[in-house]
Parts: sequence; structure tokens; C-alpha cells
Amino acid sequence: MIDSEKNDETRRNFLRKLCYSAVLAFVSPSLVMRGKNKKIVEWIIGENYNPYDHYWSMGIDINKCIGCGRCAESCKIENNVPKEPFFFRTWVERYHIYKDGEVAIDSPNGAINGFSKVVSEKSLEKSFFVPKICNQCDHPPCVQVCPVGATFKSIDGVVLVDANYCIGCRYCIQACPYGARYIHPVTRSADKCTFCYHRIVKGKLPACVENCPTQARVFGEFKKKASPIERFRRMNKINVLKPALNTEPKVFYANLDMEVK
Amino acid sequence: MEEIVQHLTPILNEVTGYIFPNEIELHWGLLVVIYPYLTGLVAGAFILASLVKVFNVKELQPTYRMSLLTALAFLIIAPLPLLAHLGHPEKSFEIFLTPNQSSAMAMFGFVYVWYLMAVLLLEIWFDYRKDLILWAKSEKGLKKWILKSLSLFSTDISEKAVLFDKKAVKIITIIGIPSAFILHGYVGFIFGSIKANPFWSSVLMPIVFLFSAIVSGIALVLILYSFITPLRGKEIDMACLDKLANYLFYVMIVDFSLEALDFIHRVYESEESIKILSDLVSGKLFVSLVVIQILIGMIIPLIAIALIKILKWPADLRKQIYFLSAILVQVGIFSTRWNVVIGGQLFSKSFMGLTVYKMSFFGLEGLLVSMILLIAPLFLLYILFKLLPPWEEARNL
Repeated sequence: MIDSEKNDETRRNFLRKLCYSAVLAFVSPSLVMRGKNKKIVEWIIGENYNPYDHYWSMGIDINKCIGCGRCAESCKIENNVPKEPFFFRTWVERYHIYKDGEVAIDSPNGAINGFSKVVSEKSLEKSFFVPKICNQCDHPPCVQVCPVGATFKSIDGVVLVDANYCIGCRYCIQACPYGARYIHPVTRSADKCTFCYHRIVKGKLPACVENCPTQARVFGEFKKKASPIERFRRMNKINVLKPALNTEPKVFYANLDMEVK
Repeated sequence: MEEIVQHLTPILNEVTGYIFPNEIELHWGLLVVIYPYLTGLVAGAFILASLVKVFNVKELQPTYRMSLLTALAFLIIAPLPLLAHLGHPEKSFEIFLTPNQSSAMAMFGFVYVWYLMAVLLLEIWFDYRKDLILWAKSEKGLKKWILKSLSLFSTDISEKAVLFDKKAVKIITIIGIPSAFILHGYVGFIFGSIKANPFWSSVLMPIVFLFSAIVSGIALVLILYSFITPLRGKEIDMACLDKLANYLFYVMIVDFSLEALDFIHRVYESEESIKILSDLVSGKLFVSLVVIQILIGMIIPLIAIALIKILKWPADLRKQIYFLSAILVQVGIFSTRWNVVIGGQLFSKSFMGLTVYKMSFFGLEGLLVSMILLIAPLFLLYILFKLLPPWEEARNL
């Protein structure tokens, strides 16, 4: 009788300890995670930046772009993008539309070294430059497909990649309709335009916007009355790339030609 | 870094038209071709095995266990090409720990583990349990213990227990059929759900994947059966072989019709991408799609098997034609995977240009590793056949 009571006691103790350790096993990682989040929050507050107050977007006026490629070059310098011509966060395309309807596009080294003169027998109808960049979609297919959630849409509307989390499966690259992503050859993780997130939290402009000599690129808040973007959207006929895909880009083009995809 | 640049630089000169600069690197190479090929064989072989258990196709009994073990051997190797292709294979476990619920790919781990643990291993265990116990009794030394541990040290071979095994196998097979459909249909969904890529984006993709999987699985078991049986000095069961070829024929008809429907639908709808896709199919993909996949891998075997059905040729000739047809089908299905995975990346999302795929020989993504990954399941299958002989005469009745 006494023996069995003792047994009950030890069993109860054992079960209690088991519960404690189970709770501890679940709680401690979440505490660590909270600590990590706190660090990020502290860093943002340290910059006096509240992501809930912002929602970023970009405007690009095709009529203003002269194809100098300063945007693409400054982007590579600012963000340590490899210099080789296979990795771009932003680049400029040149379109030649001929009278017979033929369309010729090129973007040698993303326009960083400028463009060479095209020699063609055909008579030209029109020609223009189109800067391309991640469209920071509001409904981003890349975020949808990432198997581990390493790429995400931040509170302030910018699609970012956690390179330490990315497993390098490249599904996001397949899902991006704009070719805006690449695998960084050194980190072997997915990489893309961040709207120069490290600059915008400090109240600065993205490098490409700051370095554009003709102000073809405009940067600012989406749906805030005083924002340069809202003025840009008001003053121009606006279009986005591949609207039929319902990605809801936050990069808006003025004077976009139907040949641009 | 330098390796990648060296690999990519010559491609710059081979691009026709305009492609986005980030598209010069082709992201899913040969390894990602092999993955759907292997899982397709798994799903197909399992569906074949289930014909025996659920649909009571008695003629196929000699291939039942062979199909199960084939499915297992290929399933074990199937994730390796995916792992080798990852930029960070060391972080692959994150797909289990923190799956992104909206991602089609995040389901991979769960579908795979379910299929391996809840379907294949369980069915094989229940089907072999009695034999494992009896074999263990007649063996000595290490093999005895291997067989004992494979039976999970169960000892009950009473009539009641064996009856339960049989029931369990049937239930698992019934669960296994939709699971096999999910296993491979879902691989098709990974491609079919990419709206950015008009070559992939199709609601038919999972179904086409599934039927091509069944085609490849039946063809593989047919090849294995007609290759191994004479090697063991046994007679090929012609009723079984004819039945295999019949099923192969019917499923191929369905597969071919689905692919034809997809093709006609695309041409008839003639969307924005039709011009670049027709450039692709009539140019860079002509040999692998029109010649190998459709003509050699589909039409010729279909005609061959149809002729056999009509002309009632003698058994020896039938064996040879079946065997050759199944080999052609295998080549055709591999080509199908190639055309989907590689073909879908050869055109730019600007719809204005085409690129090329350059394969390397060495390196993780190279031809050598891929060949090893394609041969590895056969080695594994050899070991499984040694350990768990699937032949009917080995069975303890």
C-alpha cells in the first residue's frame, strides 16, 4: 500500500518534470526569437524610422530617361552587386521600333557602359529607353512561392530577402515575371532590389533615384497626398508592367509603350 | 564566383533576340529534370502495384512486389537531385521546420515523408512480414538478424495475423493511390502554377505529369521484368507481359490525348506568348520535343503495341517488341521532363528572345552527378531484390 503510494508520488514528479521540460523546450526558442525581433525593432527605432508610417513606391518617366546607365552602376556600387553582366538589381533597356513593326531591344551590361550606335538599313519609327527594376509587387508571386518564407513583403511594402534564411532553391526567380531576381554568386542566396532599404530608413533616396541626372525616377510614399509619387501619378498617364498577371506592381511607368514587357 | 562567370560568359553570344540580363543564368538544370523523372517512376510503379491489390488484376501478380520495391528504390534517391541543386543544402531542413503555407514547394517535405512512411514502407512491411519471419528462421548469422530487424522483430504468423496483414495492404493501397496522385500531380503543380511562365502555367500540367508518370512506371517495370526473368533462368509469364503492355498502351493513349489537348488549346487560344513558344518548339526544342518525345517516345511505341494487338504475333517477337517499345517510352518520358524543365526556361519572360542551356560534365550540377543519380536507384533496387526477393517462388504460401 505504502509502496504503491510512493510509486504514485514518483510518477507524479516524473510527469510534472516532463511537462516542465516540454514547456521549456517550446518556450525558450520563442524567447530567443523575440529577442531577435526586439533587436530589429531597436535598430529601426534607433534610426527613428517607423515602418508603419510608410508605404514605398517608385515612378519612372520613360520620356525622361536618356539611357546613361548611372542608375544601374550606382546600384551595383551601393549594394555590392557583382560587377559581371549577369547580376542586376536594376538595368536600362533600349527599344528600337522600326517602321515595318520589328522591335529590337538591347541592354548591354545593363547600360552601365552606355549603348553603341545601331546601324540598320531600316527606317526607324521611334526609340526610347526603359529602366527596369523589381516592381515591389503588392501581390508578389516570389513571396508566395518561397518554400521557407525567406523572402517577404515588409510592413512598408518593400519585398526583401533574408539571405541567411534562403535555401537557394530558385523558385522565386522562376516565379518573378520581370526577371528582377538573381542568385548572388557569393552568398548563393536569392538577391534583388530592396529600394535601398538601408538608405530609405535613414530618410535618404535609393541610389538609382539619387543618381539619375534627368530625374526620370521618382521615389516616395504610395497613397500619401504630399508624396512625389502621388503627384507623378496625378500628372501622368500611368501604366505598370504585365498588369494582366495581377501582381499589382508599385513601380509606375509614365509614357510606357505597348512593346515593353 | 569565377566558375559561374566563366560558365555564363560564352552564353552571352548565343542568345538570340533579347532576354533579361538576369536570365542568362539558367536556374533549373539537369538535376531538376531528374527529380520529376524519378518521382514519376515512383508514382507509376506504385499505381501498377495497386492494380493487383485494389483492382484485382491477377495477371500482374508476378510484378506486384517488383513494382513496390522499384517505387521504394526510386523514391529514396528522388530527393537527392533536389538537395544537390540547392544553393544551401545545409538549410534544406527549414522546409520542414518553417514551411511557408502559401508555397507549393513547401509541401514537398510532407508529401514525400507521407508517401515514404505512411504508404510505401508500410505496405512493403505488411506484405513481406510473414515471409520475413519465415526467411529469418531459415537463415543464419548476420542475414538472420537483418531479416529479423526488418520484420521489426514481429513473430506472429497465425492465420489471423496474416489475414490482418492482407487487409492492411489493401487499405494502404487504397490510401496509396490518391497519395501517388498527389506525389506526382503535385510536382506538376509546382510548374503549372507559375503564372510568370506561359510554357508551364497550365491547369493540365499536374494531370499530364501524372499520366506520363504512370506511363513511365509501367514501362520501367516491364523493362525490369522482361530483363530480370530470363537472367534468373525463368520463363516470362506472357499473360503478365501482355497485360503490362495493354495498360501501357491505354495510359499512353490518355497521356497523348492530354498533351495533344494542351497543344491544340494553346495554338487555338493563341495568347501573347504564342510567337515565342512556337519559335521555341520549332527551333531549339524541335529534336527533343517533336522527334524524341512525340515521335520516338510516343507514336512509334504506340504503333508497335497496336500492331501486336492486331496481328497476334508469336510470343518471342512480342517480348522483344514490348521491351524495345518500353525503352523508347522511357527515353520519351525523360525527354518530356527535359522539355518541360529546360524548355520552359529557354525563352525570355520578355517574350523577345531565346537562350541556351550549357551543361557541364563535372560539378554538382554536371552530367556526371546526374548519371550517378540515375543509376543509383538501380543499384539500390539490386540490393533490395537480394534482401527481399520479389519473385513469386520465394513467397511462403
